Amino acid sequence: MQHIWIVLGVLFVFLNIAAGLIWVERRLLALWQDRLGPNRAGPLGLFIVLADTLKLFFKEDWIPPFADKQVFVLAPAIVVASVLMGLAVIPFAPGIVVADLNVGLLFFLAMSSLGAYSIVLGGWASNNKYSLLGALRGASQMIAYEVFMGLSVMGVVMLSKSFNLTAIVEAQQHVWFVVTQPVGFIIFFIAGVAETHRLPFDIPEAESELIAGFHAEYSGMKFGMFFIGEYLGISLISAMTVTMFFGGWLGPGFLPPVVWFFLKTFAFIALFILLRASLPRPRYDQLLGYGWKILLPLVLVNLLVTGAIALWIRS
Amino acid sequence: MISHLRTMWLVFIHIFHKKVTIEYPEERAPLAARWRGRIVLTKDPDGGERCVGCYLCAAACPVDCIALQATEDEDGRRYPAFFRINFSRCIFCGYCEEACPTYAIQLIPDFEMGEYKRQDLVYEKEDLLIDSQGKYPGYNFYNVAGMDAGVKAKGKGSNEEEPVDIKSLLP
Repeated sequence: MQHIWIVLGVLFVFLNIAAGLIWVERRLLALWQDRLGPNRAGPLGLFIVLADTLKLFFKEDWIPPFADKQVFVLAPAIVVASVLMGLAVIPFAPGIVVADLNVGLLFFLAMSSLGAYSIVLGGWASNNKYSLLGALRGASQMIAYEVFMGLSVMGVVMLSKSFNLTAIVEAQQHVWFVVTQPVGFIIFFIAGVAETHRLPFDIPEAESELIAGFHAEYSGMKFGMFFIGEYLGISLISAMTVTMFFGGWLGPGFLPPVVWFFLKTFAFIALFILLRASLPRPRYDQLLGYGWKILLPLVLVNLLVTGAIALWIRS
Repeated sequence: MISHLRTMWLVFIHIFHKKVTIEYPEERAPLAARWRGRIVLTKDPDGGERCVGCYLCAAACPVDCIALQATEDEDGRRYPAFFRINFSRCIFCGYCEEACPTYAIQLIPDFEMGEYKRQDLVYEKEDLLIDSQGKYPGYNFYNVAGMDAGVKAKGKGSNEEEPVDIKSLLP
């Protein structure tokens, strides 16, 4: 029975966070651009979330006649499903975890790789040249960054000697892994931004070049699914960063563990939005060149050094 | 890398900057005195209509939103029988004000003209006429015009000389 409550609780909290991020992102972006942002509907403008959701529900849900219908409908479901599956392995507090897998980290990597399918299938099924270009970019970007996203957390795995996320958090009792694995943290976060294709790495969407890229043909709640999937992806990457590098639920005792977890997660969500507010989008070849030529060697060196030091300490 | 971090920091501290947003219904942007908004018809200091129905505003209007019909009273003073501005077409360019020879038509700093029905945006003369001299206080066209339209006799205006008696021999 308790498992069902945890599952429902995680679903409830994260879907609400994803919806609430509509408001958070607009308000924060506005503040960083010297504006006020939506502040009319309800207290502090919070009901903009409601208004936006209602608007998306009442929009015409149009499937283009030239689209591949089944795949077109399937693609937006994949993005939300894969991200929600990824959330299943995250420990929010001692005992509050949907599935305490002993391969939790690998499961998360697998699920975030599945997210690439939604972009590829969505762009392919739309049968539109801009969507296809967006899907191509999305595929190569996500596959490229997938590689060293996985490699960047291997240092953490070496130090904690476990793929289990609860064990990884508990291994940070004395010192957070961001101190011992700073390079791993930076590369993981950059790869996470690319993985969720958020700005500045929103190359599959690239409004100014590809209209909206892979979801140009989507409307109504199908577009809403991509929208929610993106916000869920931000939450997932933020939660994973906190779990692996910032001690998860660990923190001084005056606040309950779950509050520490969400405070840290929100700090990273705000960092995602700050990235959007401040940095321009790199060119497509710059992104891939940066990934393969700089980040991949860097993460391999990080892995070598971590392994050497770990062996040296143990011997 | 450093420049990226610096950019992010500089953007972040904008959270403490003064916001440029003017929260409109509660706060209002200051409008300049010459702001081109709602169009009015002004009156001269004696309370008469300034408009002489010359049609220059209607001719100058690029979107043809002004319609009027000139007429005359028993003193020979011209005035518009009706004067109609369709504000759903008006682009507030101010050409009518520039064209007006008697300072009658003027644009004022007011833009809050929202209506639920389009037809309500068609203003008639009663809606346009205001009980004020607008931007040119003290100006009365018939005071400086050469003709007698019941405001002053011929030759009695400011800067106007008595008419020459062409039948007299005196210089």
